[in-house]
Amino acid sequence: MSETYDVAVVGAGPAGLAAAVTAAEQGLRVVLVDAGRQPGGQFWRHPDESVPSTDESRGQHQWRRFTGLRDRLRALESRGSVTRIAGHQVWFLEPVAGAGAYALHLTPTVASEKTPGVPALVTAVRLVLCPGGYDRQLPIPGWDLPGVMAAGGVQALLKGHRSLAGKRAVVAGTGPFLFPVAAGLAEAGAKVVAVCEAGSPAGWARTPGGAVAVPSKALEAFEYAAVFARHRIPLRTRTVITRISGADRVESVRLGRLDSGGRLTGLARADLEVDLVATGWGFTPSMELVTALGAATRVDVDQSLVAVVDAWQRTDVDRVWVAGEATGVGGALLAVAEGELAGFAVGRDAGRPVPDGGTRRLQRVIRRGRAFARAMHRAHPIPAGWRDWLEPETTLCRCEEVTVGEVCAARDTLGATDARTVKLLARPGMGWCQGRVCGFAAAALAVPPGRDLTAADLAPMSRRTLAAPISLADLAGDDHG
Amino acid sequence: MTAPDLVVIGAGALGAATAYYATRSGLSVEVLERGAIVSGTTSACEGNLLVSDKEAGPELDLSLYSNQLWNGELAEHGDLWEFEAKGGLVVASSPAGATGLTELATRQRAAGIVVEDVPVDRVPEYEPHLTRDISGAAFYPQDCQVQPMLMAAHLLRMAREAGAVVRTGVTVTGFLRDGDRVTGVRTDQGDVPAGHVVNAAGTWAGQIAELAGVEVPVLPRRGFILITEPLPKTVFHKVYAGEYVASTQSSDESLQTSTVIEGSASGTILIGSSRERVGFDRTVSLPALREIAGKALRLYPSLAGVNVMRSYFGFRPYCPDHLPVIGLDPRAPGLAHAAGHEGAGIGLSVGSAKLLIQQITGAEPELDLAPFAPERFALREAA
Repeated sequence: MSETYDVAVVGAGPAGLAAAVTAAEQGLRVVLVDAGRQPGGQFWRHPDESVPSTDESRGQHQWRRFTGLRDRLRALESRGSVTRIAGHQVWFLEPVAGAGAYALHLTPTVASEKTPGVPALVTAVRLVLCPGGYDRQLPIPGWDLPGVMAAGGVQALLKGHRSLAGKRAVVAGTGPFLFPVAAGLAEAGAKVVAVCEAGSPAGWARTPGGAVAVPSKALEAFEYAAVFARHRIPLRTRTVITRISGADRVESVRLGRLDSGGRLTGLARADLEVDLVATGWGFTPSMELVTALGAATRVDVDQSLVAVVDAWQRTDVDRVWVAGEATGVGGALLAVAEGELAGFAVGRDAGRPVPDGGTRRLQRVIRRGRAFARAMHRAHPIPAGWRDWLEPETTLCRCEEVTVGEVCAARDTLGATDARTVKLLARPGMGWCQGRVCGFAAAALAVPPGRDLTAADLAPMSRRTLAAPISLADLAGDDHG
Repeated sequence: MTAPDLVVIGAGALGAATAYYATRSGLSVEVLERGAIVSGTTSACEGNLLVSDKEAGPELDLSLYSNQLWNGELAEHGDLWEFEAKGGLVVASSPAGATGLTELATRQRAAGIVVEDVPVDRVPEYEPHLTRDISGAAFYPQDCQVQPMLMAAHLLRMAREAGAVVRTGVTVTGFLRDGDRVTGVRTDQGDVPAGHVVNAAGTWAGQIAELAGVEVPVLPRRGFILITEPLPKTVFHKVYAGEYVASTQSSDESLQTSTVIEGSASGTILIGSSRERVGFDRTVSLPALREIAGKALRLYPSLAGVNVMRSYFGFRPYCPDHLPVIGLDPRAPGLAHAAGHEGAGIGLSVGSAKLLIQQITGAEPELDLAPFAPERFALREAA
């Protein structure tokens, strides 16, 4: 078996990059495993680095932060302090019995892209999990039509491939992430006919100091305001899409108005004609690896299942730290700070001297970032009435073609009292994406009306015995060579 | 509220079937489940209704009796639980295995099972994607399949519609007694008096029996199953390796695997099976998953590139003699058991429940329940 690393960092987005370089710069031997071919994660997704480009930073935010981390990573990689395994996912994670280490079993993200020389198994004494997340979706009648995309997917096409998913777009859902997606579409040449934000800007007024406490966020908001004005993008608050229509693909959307409690009060008189619908309702952290180890979890302000960590990003599982969205959705800058702190924390665990002032500063940044994130989540809640515009025949799980009506029947007719039982009886979340798209909505529909979502409801939708699909041959194969 | 005729402990396959047949006999029923419905082994198995994997004897008799119910009085509900009489193909990988298979088939035919010998060159007509590298095969047309969670949930629903009460999140903590006689249960939410109490707690039935002061040696035997991505129909029957029969009857503690492979209604392929006696250990065992995958590929080499999306595991409730425990318990009058069916509980559930209700209501059971008597273990020890 090959060497056991001092630390394995999973994920090379903002948190993972910061954790890996910080740990390695303290002299720890680091292996960095990432599903992407290039570092940066979803937030800093960018075109192929091997193709020379003069506008690498176009459409990016905090790009110099990224290039700074990337430069440090490249230097550490060339010195052999960091081994980066790109284009691979951890499909199974387990403690090595009696060895005080963890085994990470790897599989190529794209099955056809097997890289010679990449081991199927790496081991490390410590783990820093930075799995990031993906945008949360809610079902809408017609959301299974071609032309309806996750806002994150639209953004990935723009950032990674400079590719435009449609010509007339509506961007809808809730949260500040809708702004960069709409701005990116407009800058790339699409007509954005509306940005529909279910929340209300007045929400921010309830948390004085929220945005101001993180100046860069306020700057970003001004930047978007300028882009919106330049492209005449209308921002409609307390507005949702209640129906998406089209024969073979998206042709139009119907908008509805919400009251301050998030309940539908009326429908727009005319439908909007569009060929692209981009939706996002905040983010869902990727919790497969965290839950595989049995680390403690909780339900965050935004109703996401997240890891419980201490002031050093440490979980309740021996030698396991978590940084970034999986400890609470809060954006890239918070993730970088958490990653850096986790990098120092593993150094401290390995007996390296830790700069006191530096880590105290990071802990302050993280506390402030968390407070900001909580304010953001409170200002952009999932509207209370989101179930009201669903119909029994609305598709809930697109992989298994399970309707809202079938899920409600499992609850009301068959006697399911929790999300796990609904999943077993009606199959939402059993298909290819394993509940990554519909998991939240399925869990929310499964619980009896009036009961709040609990960690026990969300866990069955994010726990996956295999963290990523793996071929039967690779599963059967002996990877200890 | 008057006391129900019957309290059933457990809302899995056996509890659901017991509640169903109890209401069909006019009994009032209350089902108590400590978790959610169908949350135990019923939600972690394959839904096999097999006759092919059983040697001649009482379990096979019970299996044939249940088979008649599935295909008879319950057939009208088959669509609700994805009932499919798909048949089972058993294959032998060696000449010795083929001889064993032929001998088993002879004994099974004598016991009333329909077995069709399949010449090796005709196997592709049954399973075109199966390896040609086999030495013998037999087809069992009576082997069937259901979706076990839907089956149990619908039996519970029909019981409820006939007046049964199903309470989840209620934990039984003890028994109400009048002398030796069991007169109900104590729960964390109050006492529930009852005419009879049925212990249908599956793998946990031994713990319930202990609360009543009687020994019923039901123990967990862990098993893993792999689920692939959905595919166009590739596996047409239940296909399993000949050594599966020996493996189900083995009492070995260490990891044993034998291939069982079949397609599901949703297009996924279910691949089993493993057996381990490791208590209620909930750690996912990679060696078990690897061995299951490796053996499945020997039967279906063309599945090598197919992705496994997930796996799950459950704890089969097994007794030392590999027979279930069904019937009134003379050591604690008023208490009956319907548990310990190991890997066959889904298929045997309806037969077990119907016979038990016949016994409880004083009718002569249509099949002798003596081989399944709860007190048999203690008697053997005494002897």
